[in-house]
Amino acid sequence: MFENLSERLSQSLHNLGGKGRLSEDNIQQALRDVRMALLEADVALPVVTEFVAHVRERAVGAEVTRSLTPGQVFVRIVNDELVRLLGGEQQALNLRTQPPAVIMLAGLQGAGKTTSAAKLARYLKERERKRVLLASVDVYRPAAIEQLERLAEQVGASFFPSDPAEAPAALAAAALAHGRRHYVDVVIIDTAGRLHVDASMMAEAQAVHAAVQPIETLFVVDSMTGQDAAQTARAFDAALPLTGVILTKADGDARGGAALSIRQVTGKPIKFMGMGEKVEALEPFYPDRIASRILGMGDVLSLVEEVERKADKHKADKLARKLQKGKGISLEDYRDQLNQMLEMGGVAGIMEKLPGAMQLPEAARSQVNDREIRRMIAVINSMTPGERRRPEILKASRKQRVARGCGLEVQDVNRLLKQFQQTQKMMKRVGKLNLKGMLGGGRGPLPPGIGF
Amino acid sequence: MFGFRKKKGDPDKPSAESQPAASQPSDAPSADGESPPAAPESRPGAAPAADAPEQPATSARSGLFGRMRAGLSRTRESFSRGVADVLLGEKQLDTTSLEEVETQLLLADVGVEATQQIVGGLTERLSRRELEAGRGALEALRAEMLALLQPVEQPLVIPPAPRPFVILVVGVNGAGKTTTIGKLARRYRDEGLSVMLAAGDTFRAAAVEQLQQWGERNEVPVIAQRTGADSAAVVFDALQVARSRGVDVLIADTAGRLHTQSNLMAELAKVKRVMARIDADAPHETLLVLDAGNGQNALSQARQFAEAIGVTGIALTKLDGTARGGIIFAIARALGLPVRFVGVGEGAEDLRGFSAEAYVGGLLDGFDSAA
Repeated sequence: MFENLSERLSQSLHNLGGKGRLSEDNIQQALRDVRMALLEADVALPVVTEFVAHVRERAVGAEVTRSLTPGQVFVRIVNDELVRLLGGEQQALNLRTQPPAVIMLAGLQGAGKTTSAAKLARYLKERERKRVLLASVDVYRPAAIEQLERLAEQVGASFFPSDPAEAPAALAAAALAHGRRHYVDVVIIDTAGRLHVDASMMAEAQAVHAAVQPIETLFVVDSMTGQDAAQTARAFDAALPLTGVILTKADGDARGGAALSIRQVTGKPIKFMGMGEKVEALEPFYPDRIASRILGMGDVLSLVEEVERKADKHKADKLARKLQKGKGISLEDYRDQLNQMLEMGGVAGIMEKLPGAMQLPEAARSQVNDREIRRMIAVINSMTPGERRRPEILKASRKQRVARGCGLEVQDVNRLLKQFQQTQKMMKRVGKLNLKGMLGGGRGPLPPGIGF
Repeated sequence: MFGFRKKKGDPDKPSAESQPAASQPSDAPSADGESPPAAPESRPGAAPAADAPEQPATSARSGLFGRMRAGLSRTRESFSRGVADVLLGEKQLDTTSLEEVETQLLLADVGVEATQQIVGGLTERLSRRELEAGRGALEALRAEMLALLQPVEQPLVIPPAPRPFVILVVGVNGAGKTTTIGKLARRYRDEGLSVMLAAGDTFRAAAVEQLQQWGERNEVPVIAQRTGADSAAVVFDALQVARSRGVDVLIADTAGRLHTQSNLMAELAKVKRVMARIDADAPHETLLVLDAGNGQNALSQARQFAEAIGVTGIALTKLDGTARGGIIFAIARALGLPVRFVGVGEGAEDLRGFSAEAYVGGLLDGFDSAA
């Protein structure tokens, strides 16, 4: 989502490269670019102004150590400020209360409250093994309650059947009582979307809040929101004791400036990001990583974490040991790595998180696809175990057989072997550097031939 | 990401709500396999939905302009206060006060480029000493803004031919498509046209029910299949039914989708393709629904929807909040897409034809009349 902002900033910072030291003059242009980039990214104007002032203050006269270029120093300052603005550490949900813990969701119409409620239920169920009850007090929008009921079914949460004829606060209280009776751990209350200028609707949200005393009151906001984000956030923050924010639709190409504005205006941490339409597409929000992503440094940490979650630990350990001994990897290991890549959401998913990948031209990025990887796996599958262990025995006739076996051309077999060789070389080097910590999680090297 | 929508369909399980058995199997021949059997149709119930919060109090409407002005009033207050200070308050106009105007435009989500164009025009006049503080400057600003928006003020007129006139409604998640459709249905029904709705959002849970409830409220028939069905098939069926019944306007809902999801955009293209089998010109209007609260990303939405399926009109929703929807300046400038409607309230009659003058006036007039 932050790709465009990253592009802008890396451009303006690139211009800064090679200058002697940071001064009022030579950062002028970079600061202007930062301002424009942030405005185009929909960061609220007051927030932009404050941000730029902070960066200027810190940048002017900043010591440029010998090992860094002025550009790098500037990037670090912008990065630090972004992290600070976004709130430093990631903050988890606070559920430490006598169960059931109540989570209330509020936000504008169409922000994605109902979807977020379901995603959150699934998240708590899968990651924290909680029993979750979903309840809707949206008695206005046609079929809103039915929507939540369907979603509850999908994510395997229980559902409180609300009667649209009753008052929202009474419904919320009834849902809580129901949850208590059925020993659920968490009750998630989905509220009606409202305009923050609508006093009666805000009063209703306050009544719901008073009725159930939620331990978490989350403000759900669309990451595509423009300048209005600051005002909206301020109004909700004034009306309800918010404890956090869920940023939705962050899988689009919105630059996500709303995240910065809301964080700045309310001071409340952004806890989750909605990353897609599927119910599992909810990710914790890590401010430090997002700041890096804004600056085009990629989201390597998320990638590592995802690998750790999904990768086969055992195989990874084996591979790491092999590398330690300075041995090369076999085609079988290579195939495992390719398979892991597919499991991790394919190349596109990984690319998104890699530093620099977003600077590649759009066309180049779209070329890289999972089909290529599936083909490579097919080629390896068509070899005998002996060939996989010792690919050097593959000569013309064997190659022809392999090509026939996987339905491709001999050139494809050759290409795979070449890519494998390059990877092997790289892996040996990595092995010597003894980056075991990194590989312990089984981070697969990307085949160099596919565009990195 | 890879067409998971299609897998959602559970063929053994019809949708949960009670569908009257009135199906039209005969008039839905399969179109090259892309069209499954007929959609059961839910007739408008005699009893409208119990909860109809926005039943309009149709009295005291001060015409289109007044209505729009009222809806924009909050937008206006915050916007005009700043500009008013600058343009009416100061004795001397200089570049600093123009910077202030620029700030106000940026705050209205007008965007960097469109703002520079508007302010650039003012700067030019200032340098030629054509600009004075006060009313003159205000009118100059109005002129600059209107110059951008007037070309895209093109109301949607339903011509007498072809029948049915098909409106395909698209947009990102949560933009307000289904609500806009409900309001449109009401509008055309009140104009004496026969209207039919097609529940093409087969993805989101209960989207079909939401549209059906709108249909019931406005006594408009809704053609629907179960959630998870092929959206193109629903629309195809609906078009056939609409044609055989001689319906005047068919409005097709679609699932919200982010413009960056190319497979879902391809799905929309299919909906269009399938319609063209029955009527080569359908859809006659492809209406993109934009949330006024969206910032610069709305431009990206407009661009990509236009590229993928050819948008012919825009409806700007949720203008009754404090969001100003200034992004339409940027869209008008970059793409020139006609702006058809603005949504200025909850009620069915709060969907208004777009008027550049009323819109810009709504932004500026707060202090115009006060001065």
